[in-house]
Amino acid sequence: MTSFGRYTSAETVGYSFSQPTSAPNKEHSFYPYTDNGGSTLGISGSDFAILAGDTRSVAGYNINSRYVPKVFKIGGDDESGDGAHILLSVVGFAADGQALKERLDAVVKMYKYQHGKPMSVRACAQRLSTILYQKRFFPYYVHAILAGLDEEGKGALYSYDPVGSYEREQCRAAGSAASLIMPFLDNQVNFKNQYIPGSGEGHALEPKKAEPLPRETVEQLVRDAFTSAVERHIEVGDGLQMMVITKSGIEEIYSPLKKD
Amino acid sequence: MEHFPEAWGRPRNDIYGPYDHSYLQTTGPKAHTQSPAVTGTSVIGVKFNGGVAIASDNLASYGSLARFTDVKRLRVFGDSAIVGFGGDVSDMQHIDRLLNSIDIRENYSSDGNLLNAKNLHTYLSKVFYKRRSEFNPLWNHILVAGFDGDGKPFLSSADLLGTTFSAPHLATGFGAHLAIPILRRLFPEDTPLENISKEQAVEALRECIKVLWYRDARSLDKFSIATVTKDGIEVKEDEKVEAQSWAFAETIRGYGAQVN
Repeated sequence: MTSFGRYTSAETVGYSFSQPTSAPNKEHSFYPYTDNGGSTLGISGSDFAILAGDTRSVAGYNINSRYVPKVFKIGGDDESGDGAHILLSVVGFAADGQALKERLDAVVKMYKYQHGKPMSVRACAQRLSTILYQKRFFPYYVHAILAGLDEEGKGALYSYDPVGSYEREQCRAAGSAASLIMPFLDNQVNFKNQYIPGSGEGHALEPKKAEPLPRETVEQLVRDAFTSAVERHIEVGDGLQMMVITKSGIEEIYSPLKKD
Repeated sequence: MEHFPEAWGRPRNDIYGPYDHSYLQTTGPKAHTQSPAVTGTSVIGVKFNGGVAIASDNLASYGSLARFTDVKRLRVFGDSAIVGFGGDVSDMQHIDRLLNSIDIRENYSSDGNLLNAKNLHTYLSKVFYKRRSEFNPLWNHILVAGFDGDGKPFLSSADLLGTTFSAPHLATGFGAHLAIPILRRLFPEDTPLENISKEQAVEALRECIKVLWYRDARSLDKFSIATVTKDGIEVKEDEKVEAQSWAFAETIRGYGAQVN
């Protein structure tokens, strides 16, 4: 082989085009999710359902904003959400939550145009599960709660995991302070560990039966749950957005929370 | 004499060892942006009575190197919106090209470019979200300033993950740590917009840029500042940080050569 200058063969010369490109594959270091914090909470009653969420948005130790709603009206006539009969709350990765909300909103609107009747909460709940499961291997990183009134006019509440498992429940807390709020709800809504005094000998007491609570009680439980969560969780605070759905429509209530 | 012109200007193999071709990979997976290269730092924005003010310095850094010192990071869209870019500068130029083509297309429509800042922000956040979902992110954090559909001052943020949020004052990069507390002290979040004049807002942003110049190592004393009002957009792109006082530097302990 001919030798050129100090090189003995072409292989040792650094040409980009002649070199084998067998560099080891680099792993993607881009992580497509973030946790925007916050918490949501839903409770259903005999003729109403409440969905609530705090309005803080965080990124690490930074507060992005003190007012980013997490509870949305689904299937309304316009941007304001008037005419909606379903509520959705999303907590986790806010961009996925926004995308999920917009998809479900479009689905509920299309249903009305195609079938000439509003989508039932039960149908919407199943559809939301399907939407989430369609992205099973690149999930929407959110915990969703869906609320409305069922065919009998009773409060309906469905909760989801990020890949679409769902269940109808009386109450559910989701998000960063879920582990703080949920045990409180178990005790105060489902009366777990509550017994009827004097109903038996010693510890063999009759458990207190859970029954739907009146709206005023539920609203106060929601407020108490959030004021307590704010004390103990740094990602929860700033404002409380409550949406109450009854047969006469959706009522939105905003009240301030501690901003520290 | 090196006879292969392709080898000219390359590091010599006999001195530096075999050339690392991994970055010129032609096989294997397509390499997307894993990290930004040339970057801009803070953009800061604040709403005032009748408009929005926004500012950023004119620096594009290459790691810790102050590489380009005359890069305009505030881009004007149409005659009613400004986009301020933090993060990768080449991605900024790509987005700027998207914005220019939209502006041209809109201007050919019979009633001109009617897209407001809110529409623009929605568009850009969807571009970001789509790209992050393809694992090929546009590595930016942006602020959009202008007016919404109701003609109210609009200031909102979007980032490489598609996360969006809005607040009376916003900042990207180091500004989120240094500028936000200053702006919050000057204009508390419950201040009615009517109580903040354009002059106050602009003066506050100049002060914030100065503080960033003092304390952010990736910042510059040359900056751009712009306002959007009903009368149009005013942009100043060759501003200098004035009335600097480095007296505080004397009081800093724990760094450098001083003994105590």
